[in-house]
Amino acid sequence: MRGLKKFHRESGDSPCGFFSWMKPQLMTMAPSIAAERTDEGVVLRLSGDWTLRAGAALEREAEAIAAAGAGLGKAWLDVSAIGALDTAGAFIIDRTRHELGAGGVEARLRGVKSAHAPLLDEARYRENQTSPPRRPYLLTSLVADIGATIVAAIRDLWAGLDFLGRVTAATAMLSLSKWRVTPLVFHLESFGLRGAPIIFMINFFVGAIVAQQGILQLARFGATALTVELVGILTLRELGVLLTSIMVAGRSGSAITAEIGAMKMREEIDALRVMAVDPLQALVLPRLGALVIALPILTLLGDVASLFGGMCVAWVEGGVSPVAFLAGLQEPYMLQRFSVGLIKAPFMALIIGLIGAAEGFAVKGSAESLGSKVTASVVKSIFMVIVLDGCFAMFFAAVNY
Amino acid sequence: MSPAESLSSPSQKPVEIGVRGLEVGFGGQLVMRGLDLDLLRGEVLGFVGASGAGKSVLTRTILGLLPKRAGTITVKGRDIDAMDVAEREEIERRWGVLFQQGALFSSLTVKQNIEAPMREHLDISPRLRGELAMLKLSLVGLTPDAGDKFPSELSGGMIKRAALARALALDPEVLFLDEPTSGLDPIGAGEFDTLIGTLQATLGLTVFMVTHDLDSLYAICDRVAVLGQGRVAAIGAIDELLRSDDAWIHEYFHGKRGAGRESAHRSRGVVKV
Repeated sequence: MRGLKKFHRESGDSPCGFFSWMKPQLMTMAPSIAAERTDEGVVLRLSGDWTLRAGAALEREAEAIAAAGAGLGKAWLDVSAIGALDTAGAFIIDRTRHELGAGGVEARLRGVKSAHAPLLDEARYRENQTSPPRRPYLLTSLVADIGATIVAAIRDLWAGLDFLGRVTAATAMLSLSKWRVTPLVFHLESFGLRGAPIIFMINFFVGAIVAQQGILQLARFGATALTVELVGILTLRELGVLLTSIMVAGRSGSAITAEIGAMKMREEIDALRVMAVDPLQALVLPRLGALVIALPILTLLGDVASLFGGMCVAWVEGGVSPVAFLAGLQEPYMLQRFSVGLIKAPFMALIIGLIGAAEGFAVKGSAESLGSKVTASVVKSIFMVIVLDGCFAMFFAAVNY
Repeated sequence: MSPAESLSSPSQKPVEIGVRGLEVGFGGQLVMRGLDLDLLRGEVLGFVGASGAGKSVLTRTILGLLPKRAGTITVKGRDIDAMDVAEREEIERRWGVLFQQGALFSSLTVKQNIEAPMREHLDISPRLRGELAMLKLSLVGLTPDAGDKFPSELSGGMIKRAALARALALDPEVLFLDEPTSGLDPIGAGEFDTLIGTLQATLGLTVFMVTHDLDSLYAICDRVAVLGQGRVAAIGAIDELLRSDDAWIHEYFHGKRGAGRESAHRSRGVVKV
């Protein structure tokens, strides 16, 4: 192309060789300029290495050239003494020449080494490369942001309903023989079995804390024995399922979003589609199924852990013996409280799975988008879990259960 | 410089990167078995080998992304293992790498991608940084409006170009290219070859290029190295390799696809930029 000649950069072949390599900073000569008045006019002599390695010095020297040349009618830029030159150096020399030209100074290059000529040609200054981004007004951008957020929220709701509909349709069209048992069992293991220890721990501690507070507060009325009712009802009806769902949303909902999102980024979802495999059936239904099975089991485990934690504390702190504690749990209404908690679990699972999968499919090409969707998945599903819990509370109150 | 010259006097050029007795393995499997290779300053070295022979492994080992089991790698005569962190960083700043898939940062625009290494390593003003990024963009033949696009919005050819612009951001001395023309149409691949040739000539780069593209080998490579059995099976100017009687090399250059290329290049002479 344009018959360019090859040249070797000097910086690598410095005479000091080996030792200078050990101290690379010393190897480059700082760029510098010197002004000189001659018969032909003012000559600005450039010397040293005009490379990116000089960093800010490059810009300082360029400013020095502009300052030295300002006000002159004509100036020569003598580049014959330049050592090493790279695109940055060539660019900044040409940029300075243009700036001088804009100020009415006719600056010309002279003494261009043959080795530097192609660089100076390729790295010419280009004007108006980018228009600076317009700064929007604060107030309008604020209003626009609020509007965009509201529109996005409505679209989100709409997209969620759309997704629910498509998942329902995919489930309806699923023939029994096509149930993907292997992935279902696989996800059951990762969502359920692997999550069991942490869910046990969390519920155990919360049960213990509730019991401890119960004993402290109820002792003032001499009603320490009621701790059993407090821990039992609170755990079975609300806390067990709520804590377990929040934990699952953080643990498994995020995993679903990340997995599906990464597959989307790498076109794996498209690959499934062109194989005439519905990604909803192949990816979403096994995960949803696993969640719907795993969450009630985990809730049961969480209930047990919480009651166990409460029992331990009630025994040690409140002097309520385990026998008395267990007897208190055998009241008939406890079973009803337990069923209220357990009924909610599959619905929680459904909402966590649906949000996780929908966010996963919404991932775009960038890593940042994957991160923001995983965050959105966890935040939304925890929020929806609590909203759903509230709806159930109103529902059960209305039907007197 | 013609290929013949570089062949007749390879010792005149100093060695930029020297690899001696390199052994790299994964588990019980040895991929590199005592590999020796010299990358000479200012040359374009093409690197070929069967798929899975370990071309990328060698590149990644030289770049320090994979650990080696034995052998030495020297840069300008200095053993890379004997260097301290600062020296190592200094070396890495002199190297530009074009990964096979581009490896552009997906959450940054193309311009921000090119600016990223400058932002990390140079204390230049944001204005100059932006201008240099746009300069690199035009050097690789992209229009200025491509600078504001995100990698996911680019075509395969544009990703290669943008990634090359990022590899050139710090004006490297050595450029590593991992299959630069794979996935490009013949015209795009030809343009990319020309581009690399031009940049190499203008900037005086040393280029290490892993490629399967026979056209690239003919068009811009001064020397070609063939990887086989974990070693460099043959190295030399392409004309020399064409005369090799090694079965694999013969098949590679004289096989169905190679033969056409060979005659095409014979008829119009070896294209050199």
